[in-house]
Amino acid sequence: MPHTESTVAMDAGYAIDVHGLNKYFGDKHVVKDLSLQVEYGQIMGFLGPNGSGKTTAIRMLCGLLTPDSGEGSCLGYDIRTQPEAIKSRIGYMTQRFSYWEDLTIRENLEFIARIYELAHRKHLVDEALEKLGLSTRSSQLARELSGGWKQRLALAACTIHSPDLLLLDEPTAGVDPSARRDFWDELHALSSRGISVLISTHYMDEAQRCHSLAYLAYGSLLAHGSAEEIIAQQHLHTLHITGAHLSTLEHTLRETDGIAQTVMYGNDLHVSSLDPLALERSVTAHLTSGQSATPIPTSLEDTFIYLMQHSEDNFDAID
Amino acid sequence: MPSTNPPHFSWTRWWAIVLKEIIQLKRDRITFGMIFGIPLMQLILFGFAINTDPKHLPTAIISDDNSAVTRSLISAMAHSEYFAIDTHYTSAEALAALRRGDVQFVLTITNNFTAKLLRGERPTILLEADATDPTATGVALSSLNGILQTVARREFHGALDYLARPPAPFDIIVHRRYNPEGITQYNIIPSLIGVLLTLTLTLMTALGITREKEHGTMENILATPTRPLEILTGKIAPYILIGLLQVSLILLAARYLFDVPIVGSLWLVYLVALLFIVVNLTVGIAISSVAQNMFQGMQMVFFYFLPNIMLSGYMFPFRGMPEWAQVVGDILPLTYFNRLIRGVMLKGTSLPDLTQNLWPLLLIGLVTLLAASKLYRQTLD
Ligand SMILES: Nc1ncnc2c1ncn2[C@@H]1O[C@H](COP(=O)(O)OP(=O)(O)OP(=O)(O)O)[C@@H](O)[C@H]1O
Ligand SMILES: [Mg+2]
Repeated sequence: MPHTESTVAMDAGYAIDVHGLNKYFGDKHVVKDLSLQVEYGQIMGFLGPNGSGKTTAIRMLCGLLTPDSGEGSCLGYDIRTQPEAIKSRIGYMTQRFSYWEDLTIRENLEFIARIYELAHRKHLVDEALEKLGLSTRSSQLARELSGGWKQRLALAACTIHSPDLLLLDEPTAGVDPSARRDFWDELHALSSRGISVLISTHYMDEAQRCHSLAYLAYGSLLAHGSAEEIIAQQHLHTLHITGAHLSTLEHTLRETDGIAQTVMYGNDLHVSSLDPLALERSVTAHLTSGQSATPIPTSLEDTFIYLMQHSEDNFDAID
Repeated sequence: MPSTNPPHFSWTRWWAIVLKEIIQLKRDRITFGMIFGIPLMQLILFGFAINTDPKHLPTAIISDDNSAVTRSLISAMAHSEYFAIDTHYTSAEALAALRRGDVQFVLTITNNFTAKLLRGERPTILLEADATDPTATGVALSSLNGILQTVARREFHGALDYLARPPAPFDIIVHRRYNPEGITQYNIIPSLIGVLLTLTLTLMTALGITREKEHGTMENILATPTRPLEILTGKIAPYILIGLLQVSLILLAARYLFDVPIVGSLWLVYLVALLFIVVNLTVGIAISSVAQNMFQGMQMVFFYFLPNIMLSGYMFPFRGMPEWAQVVGDILPLTYFNRLIRGVMLKGTSLPDLTQNLWPLLLIGLVTLLAASKLYRQTLD
């Protein structure tokens, strides 16, 4: 029975809907009981320290890796039994540049356009080159591009067939700030047209621009929800301290009971605790002249650092 | 769950891969050099004869003269280690067997041999030899002379003593068939085609696919709707052309540089070569499915290549190899290709006579294809 893309969207509730995914490499448990839902038209940020299993999870979503257990769907298609259907409707950008360095920019785009059997191939490629700003360099080998430009080429290539779901694995690593801004504007434009996005990133400003976030550490999903929700879930209270000799103060506070964590940001120190009174007490007790502390809302970055350290503690305890 | 169309073979995608492969080949100077450099190098290096000592060469004996002398001669030949005697052929069957390569020699003794001998008329023994393998023929002929002298000494004494003194009381007439002058390059040049195709084609396919794995581009292709069959056939299609180009190159060199005639039909040469090319490409795919990176791929190709040149009858005459080596040789594609290409190029063997060496090659091809498709991974697991 023929169907249009929009009926697919209506039928299934989520663009990504997976439950209890597990993946082992040998006896290394890399993704643990991952359940994830991404609504249609949503941009979900995928965060977590290096080696936490983000890439592995994304590969399971697009049929590149078979989960050892768990099930789910992408765009309404079963990830185990219908990988072909998923593959033709998604755009996947690998973490490592995976286009052909010995093909020119245009040849790479044309190859991808043929692979997706696109009509009006030449027109689409020209358009993509135009948007990239690479029209004049289209006959250069991909090898000769700088790292950031390679990322931009990869992005253009994986969106050329206008997919319904984008799986982007650190697409902006090494991309300059202004290009990143353009890229995020583009992402939001796509999302407002109903395209769903799962994007892994290590940048906090990018996390802030996502509709929802999933935070992975050691293969486990530690938190999910909007940035505000994730911050609120951890019940952290934070003081912002400025002044001189902050590193001495940080060392002292780190050893103090009741202090959850201390983080230096250049000339500022963030001190967080679950107990606002204990926090206030400990900090004022150790403040020296010229240092001042003001309460601030806990930032997303503070929250992630807290999450990561906690999971590390838990992980060590299990081992 | 929404229904999906069953995955189909897309010629557009297939063409995308072929095109990409051609562009990449064009830009890869080293590979390009390999395609033409290796045949050239081999032509120069392997043009020399390699001396060997073959044994137990299948020999059909047609004897119409059943006397003590001929029986003694036949048993002496049977006891020497150079010949494996079969006396059950009729004259016509024996010649057909020679053409197919089932026997290396046909020895004919006429019915009045003993009578003539006793009358001192110096009768003749006709030896027809498959001289496409001149080394084997040469060694066997010289040993046959020795055997005849011994037989004469043993059989003739008393009144016949005069017959036992050299020269031997009969003559051997040798017909070197298919390569009358015993020129070794006749043998080497056709086999060179096989060695060359084995090395370059398995290497190029094995490396072509492992390179995609190593560079991470395989992950990219696998995340698109491309089907395994499209990837595999798309990637090897250009190499089929390259293989045929290499064959043509050597055929030209054979004809104009080494004066090796092509006795059989040219289209049979290409048919046999095409089959062999495809077999090698499937071997390359099987290797690339197992190898994790280019280095492993390279090692495995050489692991495959060595027995193929050592045990296929290319380096040493097949029948001169120890039993176990012949057993190994029997499962190597190059063994059959050597017989096929020598048959067509040097003897003008026709298609019906080729079948007994064609089907094993076909079978090997099917088995590796099956193995390759089983081993080929559609995921990164
Ligand atoms: N093919 C593989 N074989 C064995 N182990 C693997 C394989 N791929 C990944 N791993 C391991 O699985 C874990 C998760 O890796 P993964 O690449 O998914 O992390 P990640 O969250 O994407 O990290 P990063 O932020 O550095 O990209 C790591 O410990 C890694 O070493
Ligand atoms: Mg990763």
